[in-house]
Amino acid sequence: MCSFDFLGRLRSLACTVAIICASSGAWAQTAKPANLVDPFEGINRSIYAFNEILDHAVMRPVAVAYAEFLPRWMRNSVTHFFGNLADVWSIPTNALSLRPKATVDSIKRVAVNSTVGLLGLVDVASTLDIDKHPADFGLMLNRWGMPSGPFVVVPLLGPRTLLEVVVYPFDWKGNLANHVDDVALRDLLMALSFTDLRVSYLQAGDVVNAVALDQYSFKRDAYLQRRIYLQNDGESSGSMDDRP
Amino acid sequence: MSIRYFKQLGVRLMLIVGALSAGTAWAQDEAADAFIKRMSTEVLDIIKADKSMRSGDIAKVVTLVDMRIMPHVDFQRMTASAVGPGWRQATPEQQKRLQEEFKILLVRTYSGALSQISDQVIALKPLRAAPEDKEVVVRSEVRGGGEPIQLDYRLEKTPGQGSGWRIFNINVMGVWLVETYKSQFAQEINAKGVDGLIESLAARNKSNSKKN
Repeated sequence: MCSFDFLGRLRSLACTVAIICASSGAWAQTAKPANLVDPFEGINRSIYAFNEILDHAVMRPVAVAYAEFLPRWMRNSVTHFFGNLADVWSIPTNALSLRPKATVDSIKRVAVNSTVGLLGLVDVASTLDIDKHPADFGLMLNRWGMPSGPFVVVPLLGPRTLLEVVVYPFDWKGNLANHVDDVALRDLLMALSFTDLRVSYLQAGDVVNAVALDQYSFKRDAYLQRRIYLQNDGESSGSMDDRP
Repeated sequence: MSIRYFKQLGVRLMLIVGALSAGTAWAQDEAADAFIKRMSTEVLDIIKADKSMRSGDIAKVVTLVDMRIMPHVDFQRMTASAVGPGWRQATPEQQKRLQEEFKILLVRTYSGALSQISDQVIALKPLRAAPEDKEVVVRSEVRGGGEPIQLDYRLEKTPGQGSGWRIFNINVMGVWLVETYKSQFAQEINAKGVDGLIESLAARNKSNSKKN
């Protein structure tokens, strides 16, 4: 019953996404065919600029303060804790993607890190060479042939593919931290995970800002490449021809 | 001449051929992954042992990267790929300048990232390549910080004996460096031509050197 319900939902979801993707494609054709993956470039750039201003005013200063205030081992523990929660969600998404090794590895990682790794605070699994296989709902649908759709910049959240935005409710539910009953604790966890994420991009963000000729297209291209990499279960395409 | 003589001759020939091939295999340097492991460990060890580099002496790290890593990078191929179709339209002089400016940009940023490394270690993943492959991907992981960071290299075997491997693309967490520059470079070339791209790169380098 439950699984039937799930499939029905999945199908209607697939229809919605297909319609959105198709209509956005049509829209792109009437607009200038500048970039096939980024038909909304104009709007995206405005939202990107807005996000940057907000980031410089709030998120970045908070992340810098957090990084200075907490010792490195503590910050790493926070990262590992949320990494472990992500691994939990990687189990069903990898399983539905029919990736046996990725599923088993994710189970092993959660089992090891939640116990020996003290509720995920220590990443013992990586030192044991049990590979991480990040997966989410969008990647699972990709695996079944659903296209990612155009690139979009979401206010506050930043770069995404349209598919990721549409299936966001599933990924939100898939995060155990969102199932904590205590509201104060749940909010704290959410704030902590956002800060942790922002801290992890502090250095990378500075590097990108220093090396990019155009920050927007640098980040867009990097993001889309990363998604394709994840679609292939962390396999950097060795066949890519990059001769001039 | 007896059959026995021929048999002995055959055995001797086989021994000689065997010894020769073993000899050349030995002379053909190390495997690509061993090379990456050795090079990155050497560089990391030098940085870890040097206090001034760890406390942010970028100029010193730049020198180190220039000396230890750049000789093993096929920078011309890297620049040519990033520039794309515009590369062949560029004059040799423009190609030279493009290469120089791109190199300054990458070395400086790579050095900036390296100087932040504290207690990380490089772990190599199994190499999936045949011994005769001329181009391989070496996959590695930087561990010891927060989440493990995937770091892959594409290498080509250089012709001639004993010259080993050269890197021509780097992948950080699934993102190839060269591919990430492609559309930015094309954007500049479409708007302002090859000279426009050279100017933008030079301007970027100037503002970066002021900051440090």
